[in-house]
Formats: sequence, structure tokens, C-alpha cells
Amino acid sequence: MPPARQNPLALFTSLRLTVVLLLLSIVLVFAATIDQVHLGVWGVQEKYFRSFFVFLKVPGTAFFFPVFPGGYLLGGVLIVNLIAAHIYRFRFSWKQSGIWLTHVGLILLLAGEGLSGMLQEDNQMRIDVGQTRRYSESFRENELAIIEITHPDYDQVVSIPTELLTGDNGLQHPLLPFVVKPVAYYPNATLLMHFQVPNAPPSLATAGEGDDIVVTPVPVTTKPDEVNAPTGYVQLVGPDGPLATVLVSALLSQPEAFTYQGRTWLFSLRAKRDYLPFAITLEKFTHDIYPGTDIPRDFASTIRLRSDDGRDDRVVRIFMNNPLRFGGRAFYQAGYANNDRTTVLQVVRNPSWRIPYVSCALILLGLVIQFGLHLFAFFRRRLRGSAGRPVPGGAAP
Amino acid sequence: MKGRYLASGVLLLALAWVAATLVPRGNSGAFDLAGFGRLPVLADGRIKPMDTIARTGLLMLQGRQRLATADGRAVTPEAWLLDLLYRPDVADAYRIFRIDNPDVLSLFGLGTGDSAGQVRFSFAQLQSGLAELERQAELADPVDAAARTAFQRAVVELREHVDYYSRLKYSLQTPDLADLAGDLGDPARLAADRPGFAAMEKFSPLRAVPPAPGAARPDEWETVGRSLLASFSTGAVDPTVGFYAALGRTWRAQLPDDFNTLVAADRAGLSARFSGALRRCAIESFFNGAEPFYTSLELYVAAFLLAVISWLKWPEELGRAAFRLMFLAFLLATTGILTRMWLEGRPPVTNLYSSALFIGWGAVALCLILERINRNAVASSAGSLIGFGTLVIAHNLSLSGDTLEMMRAVLDSNFWLSTHVVTVTTGYASTFLAGFLAIIYILRGVLTRTLDRATADSLARMVYGIVCFATLFSFVGTVLGGIWADQSWGRFWGWDPKENGALIIVIWNAVILHCRWGGMVRQRGLMCLAVFGNIVTAWSWFGTNMLGIGLHSYGFTNAAFQGLIAFVALQLAIIGLAALPRAKWRSAAAAGPA
Repeated sequence: MPPARQNPLALFTSLRLTVVLLLLSIVLVFAATIDQVHLGVWGVQEKYFRSFFVFLKVPGTAFFFPVFPGGYLLGGVLIVNLIAAHIYRFRFSWKQSGIWLTHVGLILLLAGEGLSGMLQEDNQMRIDVGQTRRYSESFRENELAIIEITHPDYDQVVSIPTELLTGDNGLQHPLLPFVVKPVAYYPNATLLMHFQVPNAPPSLATAGEGDDIVVTPVPVTTKPDEVNAPTGYVQLVGPDGPLATVLVSALLSQPEAFTYQGRTWLFSLRAKRDYLPFAITLEKFTHDIYPGTDIPRDFASTIRLRSDDGRDDRVVRIFMNNPLRFGGRAFYQAGYANNDRTTVLQVVRNPSWRIPYVSCALILLGLVIQFGLHLFAFFRRRLRGSAGRPVPGGAAP
Repeated sequence: MKGRYLASGVLLLALAWVAATLVPRGNSGAFDLAGFGRLPVLADGRIKPMDTIARTGLLMLQGRQRLATADGRAVTPEAWLLDLLYRPDVADAYRIFRIDNPDVLSLFGLGTGDSAGQVRFSFAQLQSGLAELERQAELADPVDAAARTAFQRAVVELREHVDYYSRLKYSLQTPDLADLAGDLGDPARLAADRPGFAAMEKFSPLRAVPPAPGAARPDEWETVGRSLLASFSTGAVDPTVGFYAALGRTWRAQLPDDFNTLVAADRAGLSARFSGALRRCAIESFFNGAEPFYTSLELYVAAFLLAVISWLKWPEELGRAAFRLMFLAFLLATTGILTRMWLEGRPPVTNLYSSALFIGWGAVALCLILERINRNAVASSAGSLIGFGTLVIAHNLSLSGDTLEMMRAVLDSNFWLSTHVVTVTTGYASTFLAGFLAIIYILRGVLTRTLDRATADSLARMVYGIVCFATLFSFVGTVLGGIWADQSWGRFWGWDPKENGALIIVIWNAVILHCRWGGMVRQRGLMCLAVFGNIVTAWSWFGTNMLGIGLHSYGFTNAAFQGLIAFVALQLAIIGLAALPRAKWRSAAAAGPA
């Protein structure tokens, strides 16, 4: 291995860098595991793995300092290190084919995990027995749906991602005769009636029930068993000035309505929806337990799947360890609610889901070749009767 | 020649002892307690023998199966259970509640002196403080299990034990019923007992009454209480209820002949429809009584001692004897694991307890191979040490209840249990083995003069080979886990604590190999890294469960935490020992160059 000071490239090809990177990733994974107790699994993924640096907040201030390389950085440098080592240090030979395969598989695995982090969407579907659904809902992302219900036959929906509600800019859409101007937005909040908090300041809302409701922002939660309740106010501005300010919140069971120029809209802040090109009807849900215990033996949803193009119309049984893969998505039995009258399906869309399979097959093959050669060499030496030799290990340069 | 006799003699002795443990235990008294112990009952979702109820009950409540009366007379698990079911006033005098926490004892106005230097107390002793126990437990309930203080944990645990004990009393009759068998023949008395039957239906953890012939589901056994309540509308008492009532009468009156006749007749009556269950129950109660893992544990201790002594004296003879004992212990453990698999109809690893058994088994299997190759008693000592250690861990895990548990729906996949779980557990076993071999290297090198060049090199070869093996298996196991996760809940990798633990083992093994290949470490460094692998593996095996989160957190245990800390400290101390300057090593040659 050439010393690093002679050639800057040598740093990236060095085995020492590999070891350092591996050690750093152990520390990262360990810290992230411990931190799950506080942050939950999603918070940990964002903070440690789907980031270039792990930031720590300086106590008492709003400053965040990078304290440790994050998953993207470590994985990225590891890929560079592997590729550089193979270009400059390794020469292909059959004896080293195991190492080559392992490393190619590893690069693919790291890249695949990076892609999954960027591409994978996790949604869920809650369906009551007998109900038909055509969309799944995001666990964590929300949208402001402005639904025009004027027409008796259909609704017209304009959907605004909540990220746009954090800015000051008015949002204009050809289907709406007014501009939607964010006034305030809280990623998580609680709602109380005004009479419960008599000395609260007056509400910002001027239309609907919102002026009776007091909004209190609360810290964002990442715990697995809690959900955030995003809440905000939007001002609707017509050509002649402000028309009204409306309260929007995921906590409102009835969305606020607003009527203007003989047309009526509902303002619903809800889980972001992914509309499917097919419909799913829950025909039956079964939930078995072991007799005399609460231990679940099996949950299963019998669903009817009908695609919009009419080519699919069949009954499928989704149960634990047996998902349905259809339309680029996978549907898993995730849970149940409502006294076994409602099933909860997890819907995963990940175009890169096959990559880990390929990469793991490569690595497995590589390891078997590599260690198989060791073992073979070891036994051949033993047969020659020279078992007392030093450790067999010189396979890698 | 002399050596051959020594090794064979040791093996023969061990064989005789093992054979003695396998002889089915007869009844020491006049009662056919063994026959009662084989009676089937449904509890915790599976049909098991009364013997298992009695033994797991005793283990849970008092941490051991052995029980004696205040005047020193031994009580078998079956006799204890019969007393609890039919003569609660007798059972309440047995000292079977283990209480270690002095603050909990003071709730009852008791001190350790109140139990003649023991830590076990009778229900009668606790009775006056039960209301206060309940109050304290209710105070502790809202606190997160992980955040409870030692006192709160002890209170909640004792309340659970008292609760289980009290509920068992409602299994076959109510505790205050003088003669259920007599009441069954008298409608007026039976009607007066009715509220008690409702309590039995509510509380009984045992479902002793098999479904009627032609029932829709053959596993829907019911409680005696429920069956009795049903008899008010049907007008007929189920024969099993009648049997248990009559049995109670014979046990209370201590009439062994009638007792034995009843037990035999009931088993004969069940045999037509439940022959499979009866056979399983018979095998299980035999298995419980033979305690193969306990025998195996003692053989491992003997093998370890012989192997260590062989480095000082008679290496050939004692080494061979150690190998044979380890092999015998391994066979016994294998039989035990196979029996459990047959009883459960599952692959070997289904919970934390069985993972301990399997890690020990896998490591010993590897050691048997290594010892055949090297014949220097090193692998024998490492294997028997791991075998012993994992069985001790398993014993402690068994204190929380029946170890043949039902699988939750999400884990209910024999295919993935037998591929992912077995492979990843083999990865754990081999990483531990590399670490223990390294410990032997370090301790022998630093503390004794027995580590010569040849032994050191052979140890280094073994550690290196086992690390390669461990890398392969922990990687494959982790990947299979990823595939299972992708198949069952839609992500290949979710950064769940147990997944992370397995990943860290893979990366750590990769670090060892790369350090070795890059010349960053030689023998001594390799050994230190391998010992640290013990810490990594122990954390992944137990530490991740202690976080109490994630899909894999199936085995949260409190007492294990201190054990884990102690284990980690010990490993660090050994690494510190290895870091001593070479001049301080007593086997100077072995520490090697650089």
C-alpha cells in the first residue's frame, strides 16, 4: 500500500481508510440504535442515515453542529474507496474473484440503500369490511386539499403539499378564483375550544368554526406510536383583497367550508394521498388468536382487486408474510382496528426493491469463493503434512 | 495405553451417569404422581402436561424446581401442584415466593431472617400485605417498563407471581370448596356453587376440559368453570370435570389407590381421541424429568476442567477425555433440542431461550471439528466453556415461564425461522467462539508458560478461520432477515435495533479480516479484536432487546442487564491484559513479533 503522503489518490485507495470507515459506521449504527429510544425509528433514519452529517444541537441555542459523518457521507466515501482500490490496487485474477464479487455486491448494496432512502414511499390503507378504497395515505406527509363540492356529480380537488404552507408566497391555481396565502403553519399542534381557554388570544380565522378554536403549537414527535397533527391558517385573497382566513388542521373531523361566487370549497388538511389505478374492496378480515391467550395466530384480509383498465378483477388473500405485489406497489397486512372491522394495510412503493436481492447474491457468492479458497488451501497444506505453518491469510494483497 | 484407559474410563463413568438421568423417574410414594403429571391440559395456547405446568410454575415463582416443606420433606412438582389445586391451605404454607428486594419484603413486615436465611416465603406469610402490594404495583403500573426502579420492577413482578398463583387455585375447583365431587350429585348444592364457577371461568389459566366429540375445533379446550356453567343448561356434567372433582376428593383424603385408578382410567378414556396429545405430553414430562440440558451443563464443566488440566499434565489422555465428555454433552444437548423441535413442530430457534441453546450447540459443533483437526484441547476448552455459559443463560431465561411459546403471527413462518434465524444464530455462535479462543490465547499467554509457538499459531489459525466462517454466516443470516422483512412488511432494511446489532457483527468481522489482510494487526491484535467481537455479539444478542423497542424486542429482561455489563467489563479487562508489554507475558515466545 503506497504511503498517503506521496500520492493524494493513495488515501482513497488505502485499506486503512476502509477500516476507519467501517469503524465509523459501527459507531454510527450503534449511536442510532441507542437514540431510537428517544427519536423512534423514523427520526433516527433522518438524523443518522439519510444525512451527510449528524448534527447536534448546542444546548440553550438554536445552533446545530455537525458532530459525526452521516450515512450518506460514510456510504459515499466507502463506495469511492472501494472503486478506487479496485482501479489502482487490485489486479483481477481468479484467486481474487471472490473479493471482486463481494465488493461489487457491496457497492450495489450501498447504492441500493441510498436509492431506497430517496425513492421508497411508505403509505397505509385503512379499509372497513365492505368498503372500497382507491388511494393510500402517507404515514408522515400531509397535504392541504381544497375540494370544490359545487357540482353534484363530481368533486374537483386542488392539493397543496404542506411544505408550501410554510412560506409567505400566495399560491395561485387556475382552478381557484382566489389566491391561497399561508398565514401560519405548525407541523404539530393541539386544538381546544375557546371556552376551555378563556384568556387565549382571539383566533386568526374569520370564516367557519375556526374562530371558536384555540390552536396551541406543540413540538414535533417522531415516536412510532404518535402522529403529528399539522395545523395552520390560510388567507384567501380575491382580486379586491382578502376574502377570509380559514383554519386548516388534521385534527378537524369536519373540514372548514368556504363559499364564494356561488361555489363552495372544503379545506381539508389530511394525510397525503396516493391515488391508485385500481380499487381495493375489503371482503373479509379474520383475526385468529391461540386459544386461551391474546397471542395473535394470524391476521388475514380477503380483498377484491379491480383495476381501472378492467384486466384484473380477482380476490386476493393478504396475510402475515404473504403480501400482494401489484401495480408497482406491495401491500402488506400491517394491523387491524375497530374491533376487527377495519384492516390496516401497509403500501410500499420502492422501484429499487430488487437491488438488495441482486447485491446480496453477489456478496454471498463472493464470500463463498473467497473463504472456500482459504479452506481448500488449508486442507491441501494439511494433506502435505505441514499444518504447523503460520496463519493462512495472504489472499488479499 | 494407560491414556486410552483413562479417557475410556471417564467416558464410561459419564455414560453411566447420563443413563441414570434418563431412567424414567418412578413414584417415590404410593401416589401415581408421574401419571398425573402426564395428563394433558391446554395453557398458553398449547396442550401440555400437568408436569410442565407444575415445573414452570415453580421455576417462575421460586427460581428452581426443588421444593421442600418446612420440616425438610421433599415435595415433587406434581405434589405441589395437586396441593395448590385441591388443598390450597397446605400449599399456602410452602415457601415458594422468591423475594430478593428488601424494600418489597418490608411491605409485608418481613425480613430475610423470617425465612431461616432463605429468600423464599410462603403465601401465608405474604397474605396480610397483599393489599399494600397491589397498591404499590398500581403506582408502578403507569411507569414505562424500562424506566421502573428496582423496587417497582420487583413489586410488579411479585404481583404477577401472586396473581398467577392465586389464579391457579381456581383451575379445577374454587379454593373454598370442600367437596365438588359430592356437590355434582346434588343440584341444590351445585346451584349454590354457581358464583364460584363463574370465578373459575374468569381466573383459571388452565383449560383442562377437552372439546366434546365432534366439536368444530379440536384445540378449543375449556376451563372447568366454563364447563360447569354450561352444565346448568345441558343438565350433564362433562366426564373430565367429574374426573377432576373425584381426583380432588382422593387427594384431599390422601387415598392413593383410588387416585391411581382414576388417573389410569382418565388417560385410557382420552387415548381414543387424543392419542397424539397424550404421547406428546408423556414425552414432554419425561423430557422435563430427565433435564438433558442440566446434565449436559455438568458434563461441559467436567470437560472444561479436564481440557484445562491437560495443558499442565497428561495432555494426550486428559485431552481425549475432555473431547469425549464434550461430545457426550453435545449429543445430549442435540437430543434435547431435537425433542423441543418435535414437541413444538418448529425449527430450533424460536425465542431468546432457544437461541441460547442453539448458540451453545453451534459453537460446540464447530469446536468438535476444530479439536479433531488440532488435538490440543484448546477447542475443547473453548467449546465446553461456551456450552456451559449458554446453558446457564438459558436456565436464567427459563425462569420467566414456559419456554415452548406460541409464535406470534408476524414470526409464524417456519421457512424464515429455519433459514434466517438459524443462520444468524450460527453467526453469533461462531463470533463468540472466535472470541473465546482468543481469550484462551491471551490468558494462557499472559498468565502461564504453556502457550508455545505451535499452540499460538494453531490458535491464530483457528481464530482466523472461525472469523471467516462467522463473517459468512452473520452476513447471510442478516441478508435473509432483510429478505424476510421485505417479504413480510415491505422493507429490506428498517434500522430496527436487532437488525442493527446483526449489521454491527457483520461489519466488525469485516474489520477484523481487513485489519488482518492489511497487516494492521498480527496475532496479538487479532486476538484483541476477536475478544471485542464478544462484546459486539453480546450487545446484539441481549443489549438490543433491553432497549425494549422494535419488531424484535421479544425478550426484554432486566436481570440480564447487569450480567451484560459485567460481561463487557470482563472482555475489556482481558483486552487490557493482552495489551501488557510483551515482556510481562509469561509465554514470551507466543506474543510473537510486532
